[in-house]
Amino acid sequence: MTIRRWSGALAAVGFVLDFGVAAQAGPTLDKVKQAGQISCGVPTGIAGFAAPDSQGHWAGFDVDVCRALSAAIFGAADKVKYVPLTAQQRFTALQSGEVDLLSNNTTDTLLRDTQLGLNFAPVVFYDGQGFMVPKKLGVKSAKELNGATICVQPGTTTELNLADYFRANKMEFKPVVIEKLDEALNAFFSGRCDVYTGDSSAVNANRLSQAPNPDDYIILPERISKEPLAPVVRHGDEEWTDIVRWVVYALIEAEEKGITQKNVDDMVKSDDPNIKRMLGVTPGMGKALGLDEKWAYNEIKLVGNYGEIFDRTLGKDTELKFERGLNNLWTHGGLIYAMPIR
Amino acid sequence: MATDIIRRPARPSLWRNPAIRGIAYQILFVAAVVALGAFLFHNVLVNLSRQHIATGFGFLEEEAKFGIGESLIPYSPADAYARAFLVGLLNTLYVAAIGIVLATILGTVVGIARLSRNWLISKLARIYVETFRNIPLLLQLFFWWGLLRESAPAPRQSWEPLPDVFISNRGIAFPLPNPDPTHGWMALALCVGVVATIGISRWARQRQAGTGEQFPTGWVGLALILGLPLIVFLGGGAPLALDRPELKGFNFVGGHAVSPEFAALLLGLVVYTGTFIAEIVRAGILAVSWGQSEAAMALGLKPGHRTRLIVLPQALRVIIPPMTSQYLSLTKNSSLAVAIGYPDLVSIANTTLNQTGQAVEGIAMIMAVYLTISLTISVLMNLYNRSVALVER
Repeated sequence: MTIRRWSGALAAVGFVLDFGVAAQAGPTLDKVKQAGQISCGVPTGIAGFAAPDSQGHWAGFDVDVCRALSAAIFGAADKVKYVPLTAQQRFTALQSGEVDLLSNNTTDTLLRDTQLGLNFAPVVFYDGQGFMVPKKLGVKSAKELNGATICVQPGTTTELNLADYFRANKMEFKPVVIEKLDEALNAFFSGRCDVYTGDSSAVNANRLSQAPNPDDYIILPERISKEPLAPVVRHGDEEWTDIVRWVVYALIEAEEKGITQKNVDDMVKSDDPNIKRMLGVTPGMGKALGLDEKWAYNEIKLVGNYGEIFDRTLGKDTELKFERGLNNLWTHGGLIYAMPIR
Repeated sequence: MATDIIRRPARPSLWRNPAIRGIAYQILFVAAVVALGAFLFHNVLVNLSRQHIATGFGFLEEEAKFGIGESLIPYSPADAYARAFLVGLLNTLYVAAIGIVLATILGTVVGIARLSRNWLISKLARIYVETFRNIPLLLQLFFWWGLLRESAPAPRQSWEPLPDVFISNRGIAFPLPNPDPTHGWMALALCVGVVATIGISRWARQRQAGTGEQFPTGWVGLALILGLPLIVFLGGGAPLALDRPELKGFNFVGGHAVSPEFAALLLGLVVYTGTFIAEIVRAGILAVSWGQSEAAMALGLKPGHRTRLIVLPQALRVIIPPMTSQYLSLTKNSSLAVAIGYPDLVSIANTTLNQTGQAVEGIAMIMAVYLTISLTISVLMNLYNRSVALVER
């Protein structure tokens, strides 16, 4: 616990003692293959995104991204070591090589991309920051929050958007900044804060799964920021970045083409050249990525397409019942769009 | 033949000369350390630039962009990281300073209580020490924080034990007098009182040494220290307009408020460190042999004098060195604040290094600050120690 708290210090030591030879082609893929597993940084527990299920297996939207990557690389979805990381620990854990990627509800921003030495894979979830308040407070809009005490996690874009929003609207607030998600939520539910803020989907998931009585709390209508959440890798290993990018695109492309976990074996016999290329019937794509030709086939067979993952973890098949909204395919009025696999 | 060999002073080569060899080893060692340091430093820069991570302290002048819950100086998210860092530093010093004073008082009282002849008092003191000394501080912090948060009511239902003092799960809000020029003069009067008391006690000691006559320094000093500011206060028209806390919207506005995080941290640090100080005080008192007290009694000293003139000066010699380490550990333990959301130095530096990605610089700054604080405490305590140490003549 204390060790984790000092992850910044660990990272600092990491930079001091990392004598690794730089700039081999694809050191991360080699490392992953040699280890026989992917080390994947996930949130410490947000229902629907990443949380251990009743058997203790990690499950959720973020987790399925890691599983898809594992399926593409190893032909098996379970070759993943899940490393739960708080918002504050995650970047240092990635930079120092403790994890190979973050699938951690991380917002893609300019400074993170540049100053922090990171690369972002395609956006997997479009979100926006929202405020949760107790119903009995009688607040209907975020504009009424002047003077409120607000619980927030450090090291997030949330923390910054919050300050920006109150500055822009000439309002005052008192932040209570708590690193551990559970502690922050406890503080809010016990009444230490008037407001809890975060990515609205995660906040809603927290409300449904962790509030003593979810109906006592509401999420205010304002979305005060854009939060495009994407997997993250280290800057400097372009081969690995490419793999993560195209593993995500393949999930989306599969939904566009109507390839599902169930029908993928039939789809192999399809005459559509796009499908044949993607599923490795016509070889070339796998080789270009440095993976097996069945990479995308394995992803879909073992994990499912983007829509299936969404429905299973966050959407209509769950208690959370999230609408697809912005996260629908572009052909259905959403923003989810894959680059051509060719 | 054997004696021959010993007697002939074989002219030693330079390498055989122990003095020179010693110096050579030391130079080699220093060179190796410097080289290692330089190599590591270089390695850091290479690693960081390979990963395209920004370096340098330039970020300190950038806008911090995040809010801080409590601050002793004016701060807004538009201020620079350097200012945010200063806010954190002051918060750390604030809790550490108050914590050291309170832990010393608590520890001394309990330490003496453990030696009490009253069965109940000594046992209670013992239970306190054994319990809180053996539970990890982090758990205690969570305990106090949870207790303060869960047991206190929401602001709109807050308790008002005294007029204008409100206890709620947002902390304790109490009134503060509005600033008035008279308060400045009162502070000045207090200083005058303190200086005069020190002067009088010197004079009284010299007089006692010369004539044997005693002077009631204690009472006169007390009258000066309390009386002078009081006269100024009354003379200034007794300005006591209070800035009262008032429930406005979500929270109390006005007056001064102590947050549950600060209260929990202070409570945790004081209660935990107090146990160690109690044991140190007890050990210090027990270290003065009973014979000393008997001798004092034989000379006819009153119990108060016995403690103040005979036992305490000798006990302090034993107490102060370990006390220094307790003060140091209290200050360093205040960094656990990060777990319960008090914006101390570590908490703010962590946020900073997370938003800027400059872990190496951030950690270096934290280390430098704690090192400076700790060394300062050590120096001050060593000076005090020297003043009470046995003077060998």
